[in-house]
Amino acid sequence: MNTWTIFKRELTSYFTQPTAYAIAIIFGLLSTLLAFTIGGFWNIADASLHGSFFRFHPLLLMILVPAVSMRQWSDEHSTNTIELLGTFPVNLRSAIWGKFLASALIWALALGLTFPMVVAVNHLGSPDNWTIFSGYLGSFFVCLTFLAITTLVSSFTRDQVVALIASVAICCILTILGWEPVINEIRRSGSDTAVETMTRLGIYSHFFEATLGKISFTSLLYFIGLIITCLFGTSMVLKSQRS
Amino acid sequence: MIEVTGLTKRFGSKIAVDNLSFSVEKGEVLGFLGPNGAGKSTTMRMVTGFLPVTKGKIEISGVSVIRNPIEAKQKIGYLPESAPLYNDMTVQGFLKFCASMRGLSGNARREAVSKSIETCFLENVARQSIGTLSKGYRHRTCLAQSLLHDPEVLVLDEPTDGLDPNQKLEVRKLIKNLGKEKAILFSTHILEEVSAACTRAVIVDKGSIVADGTPEQLSKEGGGSLYDLFHKVTSFETPAA
Ligand SMILES: Nc1ncnc2c1ncn2[C@@H]1O[C@H](COP(=O)(O)OP(=O)(O)OP(=O)(O)O)[C@@H](O)[C@H]1O
Ligand SMILES: [Mg+2]
Repeated sequence: MNTWTIFKRELTSYFTQPTAYAIAIIFGLLSTLLAFTIGGFWNIADASLHGSFFRFHPLLLMILVPAVSMRQWSDEHSTNTIELLGTFPVNLRSAIWGKFLASALIWALALGLTFPMVVAVNHLGSPDNWTIFSGYLGSFFVCLTFLAITTLVSSFTRDQVVALIASVAICCILTILGWEPVINEIRRSGSDTAVETMTRLGIYSHFFEATLGKISFTSLLYFIGLIITCLFGTSMVLKSQRS
Repeated sequence: MIEVTGLTKRFGSKIAVDNLSFSVEKGEVLGFLGPNGAGKSTTMRMVTGFLPVTKGKIEISGVSVIRNPIEAKQKIGYLPESAPLYNDMTVQGFLKFCASMRGLSGNARREAVSKSIETCFLENVARQSIGTLSKGYRHRTCLAQSLLHDPEVLVLDEPTDGLDPNQKLEVRKLIKNLGKEKAILFSTHILEEVSAACTRAVIVDKGSIVADGTPEQLSKEGGGSLYDLFHKVTSFETPAA
């Protein structure tokens, strides 16, 4: 109930200012643009959208997700409204989830804005739409993971710019750990275990599985584990800040 | 109704509130006086369950704030010192949100919101965005928020701060009226407010109570003036924040 109240408030606040719209549109445009240029959508006849379209999502999301949600808790600190939330007869957990889910909905909408890509591949051939759906699901999980990281980071600071920079940095590390060019470089010089560990820790391998239409149990565990850890961490941080 | 015993708050090595005990009964308005940095706001933040206590007990109508925070918080209306608000909302939207957070819905919520808008003279700005309000209106909006659920206990941190003289008078009257039915703890730097609105007052200095009594008793203690008493019992050298 209180989660719902907070959720509605956050969502309204996202829609009363241009940031969320702007970033959702930037995401839609950039991901489509990249697919048709660097992604080589025309050349590789990529029906599953895996290699041309989804491939770039983590790179875009690692910057755009923190940009939408950097204010999530830092604003609460800087305007001191945390003192209101903290004295309402509610559990802080419901506030954390309400805010998280509101941002999650924004990203579900932003991903939805790229549906012309799906229309295009269906027009050109007969793709496996389940694989595409799985790709979108993977992309959404990347959003949620980056979002949870931003939530945690923004609970530390009252400065939204600091929150932005720190969350981008962390999301960037997670992304780069498993990025093909980096992995290839390590493979040439480093040991197999290093490659193995980095692939598993990074977000790309888990995401790629999804875009190929096979989300494994370990990948789900990876995403959900990270999300729950970050949100739990947020509640710890918010509690400890007061003592 | 408010029962505080041996309340202590330490920030690192600094003691902000030191073994404070007081109580406020129904029908009482307790004025909380003291120099800057005395520990008034810190005490109030603990009473409202925002800050965890280092040591001591707080009970609101017999419910412990420490052991049973959610139940205790239902009984309290709180105006924080800085009058925090969500700037992207309208006054009405904000009050509606706060009422929902207090568990009100439907007709009860609508009535609570319109009643507190009326009580705090916010009719003219009800549909205005909070970000564009003047300081006094911001303060009143936050005050309205504390009255929504008609709480048994009111904790008001400098409720007349930033108000014009007319509004100061109105809010004092309001506090005095509400005090007949509720237990009110409010802090102020305006000593006239003590005799205007309080049934009792305490002066806090460096986290401890240094004077306690009815307005008459206190001014008698100060040789006829509350100012002199305040001057005598409080220290000039308060630790900087
Ligand atoms: N979060 C905190 N961390 C460290 N010290 C704090 C914190 N909050 C308050 N203090 C310190 O506790 C002391 C009491 O502060 P408090 O805000 O309660 O004073 P006050 O009586 O409300 O003063 P004022 O009249 O200026 O509002 C001050 O010395 C302040 O610096
Ligand atoms: Mg204060």
